Amino acid sequence: MSDDYALEVDSVTAYYGSRRILDDVSLRVGYGEIMVIMGGSGSGKSTLLRHMLALNKLAAGSIRVLGLNIARATGEELHKLRRDIGVAFQSGALLSSLTVGENVALPLREHTDLNDNIVQISAKLKLEVVNLGGFDQLYPAQLSGGMIKRAALARALAMDPKLLFFDEPSAGLDPVVSSELDDLILKLRNSLKMTIVVVTHELESAFKIADRITVLDHGRILISGTVDEVRNSTIARVQDLLQRRSRPSELSADDYLERLTAHVKRA
Amino acid sequence: MVERADGRVQQAMVQVGRAAIGVIEEYGYWLTLVAESLYWLVVGPFKGRPVRLSAIATQMMVVGVAATPILFMLSFAIGVMLAIQGIYTLRQFGAETQVVLGIALSVVREFGPLITGILLAGRSGSALAARIGTMQVNQEIDALTVMGIDPVRYLAAPVLVAMMIMVPVLTLFADLSALFGGAVFCRLELGLSQIAYWDQATSFIAAADLYQGLIKSVIFAALIALVGISNGFAVSGGAEGVGRATTRAVVWSISYLVLADMLFTYFLNR
Repeated sequence: MSDDYALEVDSVTAYYGSRRILDDVSLRVGYGEIMVIMGGSGSGKSTLLRHMLALNKLAAGSIRVLGLNIARATGEELHKLRRDIGVAFQSGALLSSLTVGENVALPLREHTDLNDNIVQISAKLKLEVVNLGGFDQLYPAQLSGGMIKRAALARALAMDPKLLFFDEPSAGLDPVVSSELDDLILKLRNSLKMTIVVVTHELESAFKIADRITVLDHGRILISGTVDEVRNSTIARVQDLLQRRSRPSELSADDYLERLTAHVKRA
Repeated sequence: MVERADGRVQQAMVQVGRAAIGVIEEYGYWLTLVAESLYWLVVGPFKGRPVRLSAIATQMMVVGVAATPILFMLSFAIGVMLAIQGIYTLRQFGAETQVVLGIALSVVREFGPLITGILLAGRSGSALAARIGTMQVNQEIDALTVMGIDPVRYLAAPVLVAMMIMVPVLTLFADLSALFGGAVFCRLELGLSQIAYWDQATSFIAAADLYQGLIKSVIFAALIALVGISNGFAVSGGAEGVGRATTRAVVWSISYLVLADMLFTYFLNR
């Protein structure tokens, strides 16, 4: 069963302090599929991503990445897994003390015994893939936002991962650059058969690249389905997100008063 | 009223408890850092994931070589100061010429390691906390982790090793600089020749005095590195968090240094 999916998330619950961030979240991503996890700010999508990357410890549930249960995995198993996944962070998270070329070469230098010339050529090739050929000598601070995202993508691709995570590819980019990134993601999947998980709040980009979309809201999954299923969903909250409607207040008058005056009662 | 007082006592106790847990947590974290660094240093090479010599060398340059000019200046000044105070004190007994003994022993046993430690706490401890803290804020630490590059192996271990090599070396350098400062002042004030000064100084300093200073400097090195690294990794809350961690790293490493100095001096002289 675990061989059928690149990523399996089973009834995951997560807390931040005593606040529940994820509530019984389950989803599956097949090999070669582009899954977009969508949700507004505070929906829990970033937390879910951190869990899928084994950066946070699970409170309940299980996550299998490429067949490996990451909560039970040993350090060595996790290490091996991490050579097969690539992650492009929202902010890029390039090491600022290294040049762009060195950043992309870093995973190859650390994980392979390749000769340095080959490592450099390979890093340059990855930079060509994301249209950053010739920029390898620059430092991250010298790049624009869009270039940083592309460089981060190049680094994520350095080890030719089977599974790629991309956090907010289009956040903070102009429409043209963001659309170019979307094309790049599609190209990666189509030519390399890569499984790609994209976390975003951008509707347009989500509809363009996704095979399936999972919509998160307040830590729960509202819907998980194909692009058309999500577009035609009758769930009000999904339509709110799609139509960019502001959400109605969920508090009763008494609760609202309670929230405003809680500190007075406590004192 | 009683209820309120109870609440306050309870609150105070909770605060004391939290602080105690925080301290234990921090020391526990230091131990983990040391253990993990040792693990990577010893086991890493066999797993194909060594602590890179180039990273250690880079840190040795940053921590050590770059600090020599300022360290020379400070140590020289300390040497001069010790000579001035020593001559002033001994003059009351007409024993100015014995000043070399005082300078030699206090420099090698105490001032050399201490001034080196304090300088490096301010210079490298803070830089370390700021560098690792900024990387934490920019998700660079997360990025390293998900790339399968252990942050302790990649960032912490090289610094720890570099510090533990360079601080004793710098301490020796500081010893010499301070003795030189003393020599210059004794020459001007007492007309003591350089040859006589160094001859006396070397005859007074026993190997045990030198070791005492060097042992302390190794402990200082570990303290500065651990305080800097642990504060860096613990950063949360953006630029302000980095600033707080940097300040904390300097204040705490100097405090730990002075306390450790006192303890070690006490035990090493029993």
